[in-house]
Amino acid sequence: MADTIKIEIVSPEKLVLSEEAQSVSVPGQEGYFTVMGEHAPVMSILKPGFISVLSTSGTQTYYVQGGFADISPDGVTILAEHAKTGADFDKSEIEAAITIAQQELSKAEELADKDLAQNVLDGWKNLLLEAAQSGTSGAH
Amino acid sequence: MPSLKDLKNRIASVKSTQKITRAMQMVAAAKLRKAQERAEAARPYAERMETVLASMGRSYATRDDAPALLKGTGKEDVHLLLVATAERGLCGGFNSSIARMARDHARELVAAGKTVKILCVGKKGHDALKRLFEDQIMDLITFREVKQIAYANAQEVGGKILAMFENGEFDVATLFYSRFKSVISQIPTAQQLIPAHFEKGEGDEERAYDYEPDEGVILDDLLPRNVSVQIFRALLENGAGEMGAKMSAMDNATRNAGEMIDKLTLSFNRQRQAQITKELIEIISGAEAL
Repeated sequence: MADTIKIEIVSPEKLVLSEEAQSVSVPGQEGYFTVMGEHAPVMSILKPGFISVLSTSGTQTYYVQGGFADISPDGVTILAEHAKTGADFDKSEIEAAITIAQQELSKAEELADKDLAQNVLDGWKNLLLEAAQSGTSGAH
Repeated sequence: MPSLKDLKNRIASVKSTQKITRAMQMVAAAKLRKAQERAEAARPYAERMETVLASMGRSYATRDDAPALLKGTGKEDVHLLLVATAERGLCGGFNSSIARMARDHARELVAAGKTVKILCVGKKGHDALKRLFEDQIMDLITFREVKQIAYANAQEVGGKILAMFENGEFDVATLFYSRFKSVISQIPTAQQLIPAHFEKGEGDEERAYDYEPDEGVILDDLLPRNVSVQIFRALLENGAGEMGAKMSAMDNATRNAGEMIDKLTLSFNRQRQAQITKELIEIISGAEAL
């Protein structure tokens, strides 16, 4: 299929993800940006935040604690020291993070801050959702 | 000539030694598989980091504003040797070959009039070097209590080195470890960590990259991280190598014990037969004398 992009997320301990995706959004140093197929080559430092990978099978969200993205026409390589999926977190951890994010959101005054806080909140909510899904599917 | 009872005791003791070495060999084999998987899983990260840094570093290294981690401090007076070995012995020449390489390197540097500082990661390297380089050894970091080396452990070591570098305590850092080539072959390797050193890659076409925020900031972020990553890789390779070396050392020990048991059993049987013969002769000659 045309216009897909190969995405690889690697942590020092293992290859976390390697697949073809339609788009990938990453937390760049200067804000979130989305990468699709045939993107111009970019190297960027990542801030702590969420990587969402949109592929034919749905969206997957990963939390990274900072890292580095190497984007070339061949694909996206993300080097992250800690890359976690919803299943790697405890539910309580995510819920605690959501509470914090909500507080941040209510405190934020400027539009840019608000956007960022909303983004963080959404990311954690996505993780919670995925954690719940993988929890139920894991039980069967 | 040992008596029959002595021989019997010796056979029993060699047999129990053989049991222990065989058990250790099997434990090492099981651990080796895990360690090998971990070392292989860690490779993609380290390799990608290297390619990214190499492509950026080569064009950047000659510039005046290049970070010190890349171009060095401009001097080569104080060398830091980071010697990574295993925590436990009984793995053949594994630890001693790393220690020997570090020792030779240190001697060369001292002979050339440089100052040498040694930082040991792993107890065995410390044991091997402490008599020769008592004054030069700065510290020993052990992960004896750590069951499985995690990235955080490597970060701890990396942070320490970077802090020393910031304080200007050394100019060049070299990491000694054993590269895991196969179960029977581990190659002691010296790798220069600071200033970062890249192999000249061939056919690396230069891509017109956009940098966000900019090249210098990215390098400043990546280079310190690269130090930890390289240390992590070295620790994992060491972990796999140690188990491989232990496995073959214990295999040898088991085989040697088997040979020894055969020899002892042979002389035990000979002696037993000789004694029977002797007793028979005594009985016969006693009967003839009547």
